[in-house]
Amino acid sequence: MAEKFLSGDEAFAEGIRLACPEVISAYPITPQTIVVERLSEMVEDGSLDAEFIHVESEHSALSCAMGASATGVRAFTATSSQGLLYMAECLYYASGGRFPIVMMNANRSTALPWNIYGDQRDSLSQLDSGWIQAYAENAQEALDFALMSYYIAEHKTVSTPFMVNLDGFILTHTYEQVDVPTPEQAKAFLPPYETENRLDLDNPKNMAFSAGPDTNYIFKYKEHAGMLRSVPVITEAEKKFAEIFGRQYTGLIDTYLTEDADYILITLGTIAGLSREIADQLRSQGIKAGVLRIRYMRPFPTEEIANAVKNAKAIAVLEKDISFGNEGAVFTNVNSALKSQGVTAPTYNFIGGLGGRNISHTNIIDIFEKIRKGTERVNFIGIEVNQS
Amino acid sequence: MKPYLREKKVFTFEDVPEDTSFEAGYLVSVNAGWRSIRPVVDTEKCVGCSQCYLYCPDGVISMKDGKATIDYDFCKGCGICAKICKPHAIGMEAER
Amino acid sequence: MSVNAKTLDTNEYFYGHKACAGCGGSLAVRGALKVLGKNAVAVLPAGCMSAVGFNFPQLCFANNAIISTFAGTASMLTGIEAGMRRRGIKDFTAVGFAGDGGTADIGIQALSGAIDRNDNIIYICYDNEAYMNTGIQKSGLTPFGAKTTTTPAGQNIHGNIRPKKNMFEIVAAHDIPYAATATVGYMPDFLNKVEKASKIQGTKYIHVIAPCPTGWGIPVSDTIDSAREIVDCGLWYLAEYENGEFTLNKDPKTFTSVEEYLRKQARFKHLTDEDIQLIIDSRDAKWEKIRKNWKK
Repeated sequence: MAEKFLSGDEAFAEGIRLACPEVISAYPITPQTIVVERLSEMVEDGSLDAEFIHVESEHSALSCAMGASATGVRAFTATSSQGLLYMAECLYYASGGRFPIVMMNANRSTALPWNIYGDQRDSLSQLDSGWIQAYAENAQEALDFALMSYYIAEHKTVSTPFMVNLDGFILTHTYEQVDVPTPEQAKAFLPPYETENRLDLDNPKNMAFSAGPDTNYIFKYKEHAGMLRSVPVITEAEKKFAEIFGRQYTGLIDTYLTEDADYILITLGTIAGLSREIADQLRSQGIKAGVLRIRYMRPFPTEEIANAVKNAKAIAVLEKDISFGNEGAVFTNVNSALKSQGVTAPTYNFIGGLGGRNISHTNIIDIFEKIRKGTERVNFIGIEVNQS
Repeated sequence: MKPYLREKKVFTFEDVPEDTSFEAGYLVSVNAGWRSIRPVVDTEKCVGCSQCYLYCPDGVISMKDGKATIDYDFCKGCGICAKICKPHAIGMEAER
Repeated sequence: MSVNAKTLDTNEYFYGHKACAGCGGSLAVRGALKVLGKNAVAVLPAGCMSAVGFNFPQLCFANNAIISTFAGTASMLTGIEAGMRRRGIKDFTAVGFAGDGGTADIGIQALSGAIDRNDNIIYICYDNEAYMNTGIQKSGLTPFGAKTTTTPAGQNIHGNIRPKKNMFEIVAAHDIPYAATATVGYMPDFLNKVEKASKIQGTKYIHVIAPCPTGWGIPVSDTIDSAREIVDCGLWYLAEYENGEFTLNKDPKTFTSVEEYLRKQARFKHLTDEDIQLIIDSRDAKWEKIRKNWKK
């Protein structure tokens, strides 16, 4: 291993170099650009033996990656925001075709109004696209996801594409000390991609076909079941990862002081770090606060979340997203999970960080304050009047 | 070599593949029912020029011993073969 | 000519499909695959040929074939070509078959990108001059005057008011290694162009006229006649672009009647004599340029 000072994007690119994809197709979009710039440099200097394909759009980026995956090779792409939405058709296509492509998405606001900064409305709008969705908190986790994502996506029982999300700028452009594994370690961890789901001259296939009402639902059920089978594979991948790299991850969620907490903040991505600091601060004042970070939005950690918050008095869900006319998508998912598991503590939704707006120390203290007293069901941080 | 009719036609839950990938050229139904007229080759007149074979959109005409033969399982009865045939060796006859 | 009815691969690679009787598009696909053989890897976007050839478990390609997104024929071809090469496979041809809408409208960006990268693929546009699969709506390659379900012919508007987009020269303007026009009416010409394309490195584009009896309003047995007449009357031409130069393959001394060609098709039956004269004038203007600028 080597210590390097890397941004989130650069760390992810290092992880992809270690994963050795054979075809990379990507189109630039802020704040994803650094990933594709680094990867193209790695291809140029020979440290990454891959075809780097300069596609003319995000739609083509994923379409090309699907073509490559359909020949049985490992493929990678990366995008953000409008780019993710522009390729949205291909997201559903890739998951329906069970092509285990890995994509990095730099979480960014979606127009209008135009905005290049980070929020999670892009990826959360695609929860139903059939992709495994993971959210990294720091550059190290981003790099580690790059390796683990292929292990999980390509597992024979899973065969499902994998989207790793990094908060735009806050993670993609922020520099940290990162442990970069050796190629030998990466090789020991990640087996080569092998599949029968490919075009094969010796055994020709017709692929990506139509299926009418008589069988279509069976394909869709199997797609759903494949995604669910990623849960034990995530555990398996993390165990093997810990053995080789010495870092143990915690599955679909990551909890902090939740066991005895009265008030729990559920969130995802980078804001979890500040939230933990506030939890510590509140604990020093005698308030039992805890933080639950969702690492995987799909498959959704229904039982894991319910189990972690079952003794709480009140629960906040903080997210950089709003499903207009309803509430944040994470909140909807969490509530559904809690209801199904019989957890009855009140839950409150906090919408923050839209268009890159800072979520401050005070904002998070205020969230805990509000849920202790009871507040509106859906709260826009910074907007105090006429919310309904 | 060409796609051909298979025995197994009904696919249960277990038979449906995990992914959208399956054996190439797997046919479960014929197109014969589409026809109201059928091409009939007069082997006396057929000179084996292969133009009907060349222009058949369905590829159902092949040349056997220098004469055109038709796979009626998949012929749709369009009549292109009859029109293209210079020696008028193919006639279109009503299906009964 | 090296490829003809006698020398053609007797295997059938596109068989048992549910295309309409007399479908020109299916003839184009069938013929091209017989030239390219079993190692062709075919990409077909949403459209007639994918709709009629890939209904699980009725799968009508004997070779490797895959449906792409509507806009993604060329980009999926790029990925397949790269992937096959990475697997160390050398003896294969990545070939796309997209309709006129899939090529000139929704797929033109991806096609332009692939030509720009000079990816080693063959892209075949089977042009039936409208969105036939969805029920005959106007595409960028619908000719002037044609009635479609979105360009109705009435008192005020006589069908489509815009001429056909010039895909052949748009593609050539990329300085593509090889581009050609063809028609299913002259199969040996088309098949030899496919054969020629298969031996050229880089991106190849072949634009083949493929009449649709349903959409054109002609008897199902007239597909080939119409596909010949469109060339014989000068509304289409057989040409190639190679090494930076256009070559006209067939220069008719006299054209057959445009009016006769049009009047046989229900989609043109509303045209007035003035409309037809406009079509003839535009044909003559095009041929003047062709004869002046292109090699013969």
